[in-house]
Amino acid sequence: MTTAPAIELKGISKSFGPVHANKDISIRVMPGTIHGIIGENGAGKSTLMSILYGFYKADAGEIFISGQKTAIPDSQAAIAAGIGMVFQHFKLVENFTVLENVVLGAEDSGLLRPSLARARRELKALADEYELNVDPDAVVEDIGVGMQQRVEILKALYRRADILILDEPTGVLTPAEADHLFRILENLKREGKTIILITHKLREIMDATDTVSVMRRGEMTATVKTSETSPQKLAELMVGRKVLLQVEKAPAQVGKVILDVKNLNVTDEKGVHRVKEVNFNVRAGEILGIAGVSGNGQSELLEVLGGYEKGTGTITVNGQTIDLTGAKSDGRSRRERGIAHVPEDRQREGLIMDYHAWENVAFGYHHDPKYQRGMFMDNAAIKADTLEKMERFDVRPPDPRLAAKSFSGGNQQKIVLAREIERNPDLLLIGQPTRGVDIGAIEFIHQQIVALRDQGKAILLVSVELEEILALSDRIAVMFDGRIMGERLPQDTNEQELGMMMAGMNKGEAA
Amino acid sequence: MDAMPKWADVVLIPLISLILAATLSALVILAIGESPVEALNLMVKGALGSTYGWGYTLYYATNFIFTGLAVSIAFHARMFNIGGEGQAMVGGLGVALICLYIPWPHWSLALLGGTIAAALFGAAWAAIPAFLQAKRGSHIVITTIMFNFIAAAMLNYLLIGALKPKGSMEPATGKFPEATHLPSFQDMFSFGETALFRGAPANVSFFVAILACIAVWALIWKTKLGYEIRAFGHSDTAAKYAGISPTKIIMISMMISGGLAGMMAINNVQGEAERLVLNAVEGAGFIGIAVALMGRSHPFGVFLAALLFGFLYQGGAELALWTKIPREMIVVIQALVILFTGALDDMVRVPLERVFLALRRRKGGAA
Repeated sequence: MTTAPAIELKGISKSFGPVHANKDISIRVMPGTIHGIIGENGAGKSTLMSILYGFYKADAGEIFISGQKTAIPDSQAAIAAGIGMVFQHFKLVENFTVLENVVLGAEDSGLLRPSLARARRELKALADEYELNVDPDAVVEDIGVGMQQRVEILKALYRRADILILDEPTGVLTPAEADHLFRILENLKREGKTIILITHKLREIMDATDTVSVMRRGEMTATVKTSETSPQKLAELMVGRKVLLQVEKAPAQVGKVILDVKNLNVTDEKGVHRVKEVNFNVRAGEILGIAGVSGNGQSELLEVLGGYEKGTGTITVNGQTIDLTGAKSDGRSRRERGIAHVPEDRQREGLIMDYHAWENVAFGYHHDPKYQRGMFMDNAAIKADTLEKMERFDVRPPDPRLAAKSFSGGNQQKIVLAREIERNPDLLLIGQPTRGVDIGAIEFIHQQIVALRDQGKAILLVSVELEEILALSDRIAVMFDGRIMGERLPQDTNEQELGMMMAGMNKGEAA
Repeated sequence: MDAMPKWADVVLIPLISLILAATLSALVILAIGESPVEALNLMVKGALGSTYGWGYTLYYATNFIFTGLAVSIAFHARMFNIGGEGQAMVGGLGVALICLYIPWPHWSLALLGGTIAAALFGAAWAAIPAFLQAKRGSHIVITTIMFNFIAAAMLNYLLIGALKPKGSMEPATGKFPEATHLPSFQDMFSFGETALFRGAPANVSFFVAILACIAVWALIWKTKLGYEIRAFGHSDTAAKYAGISPTKIIMISMMISGGLAGMMAINNVQGEAERLVLNAVEGAGFIGIAVALMGRSHPFGVFLAALLFGFLYQGGAELALWTKIPREMIVVIQALVILFTGALDDMVRVPLERVFLALRRRKGGAA
C-alpha cells in the first residue's frame, strides 16, 4: 500500500512507578477504517490513548500522523494534529447549550456571536452529512446521554478532527442508541475519517471494526483483521487462556417466594422520585435480572433493599416485613435478616480501599460474635477467616494483609463476593457484578452466582450489561424511569425487545 | 504494593522534615545575628540538660499528648476538630468545679474525679458542634473554632463572677483544697537529700497521658468502635453500606476527642496551677493539631511529637531568657516544624518514594 497510515505508533512505552502500563507498543491504523482496541481493565488501552491525546508523555517511542513524525506534548497539539477524543465520561458544561459547548475553547475571537453563528452553520452541515442530529439550542443537561455523546463527536469534528478516538462509547447507551452510534461511525468512515474504538465488548468489535488490536498487560498481543477472527479467539488473546463465554447452568429449581416488593417508592435527597410503584418478587433458587440503562432507579432499588436509602411501600423477606424508614432500616439489620449485598460500586461502597483485605472481609459483619474476643475484635480470627475465603474464591495474591486498593478490579470483586456469599444468605442482592472485571474473573464470578442459585437461594441481579442479564437470569424485569416496564423470560425475548423496553417503549402497552 | 516500607513512612519522613525545619530555623537565627549552634545548645541544655528542664518539657508534653490524641481520634473519623482549645478550657471548668465543691479524701480519688469531670465537660463542649455537623451539616471546622471563642467568653464571665472568691482582684478561682493537689515529679522522684525536678510542674498526670495513649491505640486499632470510626473516615459511602450510622460515629468520635482535650485540665489546672485562671490553656489546643499531624494520628507518634513540642516550648523559653532571640522566634520555629511535617509532607514524600522505587528496581534487576 502506498498511502501512509493515518496513525502509526512505534515502540511506545510508559511506566508508572513499577507498573509497565505500555510496553513497546506499535500499531498502524489506515485512513478510512475503524480500528478496535480491546483488552481487559488495566491492559493499558486508556494509557495508550492518553499518550496519543497528549495527556501523558511516553517514556519511549514515536508517533506518526499521516506519515509525519509528530510530537504530542498536550491535547492542544493533538487537536492540531487532527485527533479528536470522545471520553467515557463526557466533558460537557451541563448548563451550556449544545452550541456553546461545541464552541467552547475554539472561539474565533473575543466576541462570541460570530463564532456561534459560524458554528451553527457548520453543525447543520455536519448533521446533514453524518446523521448527527442535535438541536443546537438545547441545554446539555436536558438532553439524553446518547445525544450528549453526539455533542462530543460534533465537538471533535468541529475542530477538524480526522482521527476520532472513542473510549468505551456504549457503556451508557441503550442498544438502540448504540446502533445509532455505530451508524454514525460508518458514515464518518465513508467520508474518510479514521476511527479508533476502545472497548471491552467483543460483540462491538466484531460488528463495527475493520481491524482489531488486542492488549494484555501493557503489551499488544495481536493485531488482526476482524473478518478473520472470532469472539472466542479474541477472548483467548485478551486473557491468555481459553475462556467460557457462555454461562452453563441447569434449569432453575424454583421454590417459595423469598423477596416480595410491593408498591415501592423512593424519593432521593434532592426530592427526585427515583423508584415509582415497583412490584416484583424473587423466589428461592432463581435469579431475577433487572435490566435497564444506568440511572433509571436500579441503584436506588438496591440501596433501599440494602438498607441505606429510605423508601415507602412493603418489602417482605421470608414473609417478614422489613423496616424501610425506621431504626431497623440499616445495613446491619438487613444482614441479620439474611440479606447479603454486593453493591454496584465496590470502590465507594463495597470496600474500604485503604483497609487491608482482612478488614474488608469483616466489613459489615464486624459485629459477628466469632470475630470478637472480649471487648476487642479478634483480628487473628478475622485474618484466618480471610485467608480461607481468599483461597476458596481464588483471590490473587491470597494475602490478607494487602490493602484492598492493591488488588485488581476482579480480585477486589472476588473479595466482596467471598464476604457476602460465604455468609450463606437467603437473598443476595448483586449490582453490576462484573463491571470493571476482567474476562477470566467474569467467568468465575458468574459460576459463583449460579452455584448460589443452585443451593436454593434467591438472587436479585442488577446489571446494565444486557448480555450478562440474558446469560444469568431466570426471569428478566426491565426498569425505565423508575418503573418496571415488564417482565420477560430470557428464552422468550431478545436484545431488541429488551432494548425497546429499556428505552421506555413497551409493545404490549402501545395505544 | 506500597511504594515505601512502613518505617520510612513513619520515621524517615518526619525526621527529614524535621531536619529541613531545623536548617531553615538555623538560617533565620543566623539572619538575626545569633549563632544557631549556640541557640541549639541552649535549648537542649535548658530543656533536657537537667531534671528541672525535663520537668518542664514533660509538663508541656503532657498537655500536647492530650490535645494531640484528641485531634488524632477525630482525624480517624475525618473530622477536623480545631476546638481542642475551647474543649480544654471547659475541661478546666469541670476540674475546678469538682475540686472546689467536693471534699476529696485523697489526691488519687481527686485525680480520678478530676479526670472524669474534665473528660465529661470537654466531651459535652464537643457534642454541640458534633450534633450540628451530624444533623444539620454545619461544618465542624467552623463550629469548633467558634466554640473556642464561646468557651473563652464563658470562662471570662464565670471567672470575674460566680467563681471568683469574694474580695479577690484577680479573674481566677480560689486555690483548690490541699487534698486535690496532685503529686509532682519532685514529690514522686526525690529521695532523701537529692531533690529531683525541683520546682518543675510535671506531675502524675503525665502517666495518665501515657495511659490515654495506650487506651486510644487499643480503641482505634482493636475495637469495633475504632474499626467503625476508621471505616467512616476512609469512606462514608461504604460505611453507610455496612450499616454504620454516620450520626453515631460523628457524635462518638467528636465526644471522645473533646473528652481527651478536656482531660488536659488535670495537668495544667489540677496539677500545676491548682486553681483555674483565665487563658489557662495557652494555645495547647492548637499545638495538638500540629502534634497529631506530625504523629500521623498514631498514639505513639503523638507521644513522640508531643515530646518534641514540649522540648521546643521549654527550649524556647530558655532561649528567650538567655539570648537576644525573642520568644516569638520559637513560634517561628514551631511554625516551620508544622509547615514541613504537616503541610509540605509531599515535598519530602514524593522524592523519597522515587528513591525507594529506584532502589527496589535495582534490587529486582540484580535478583
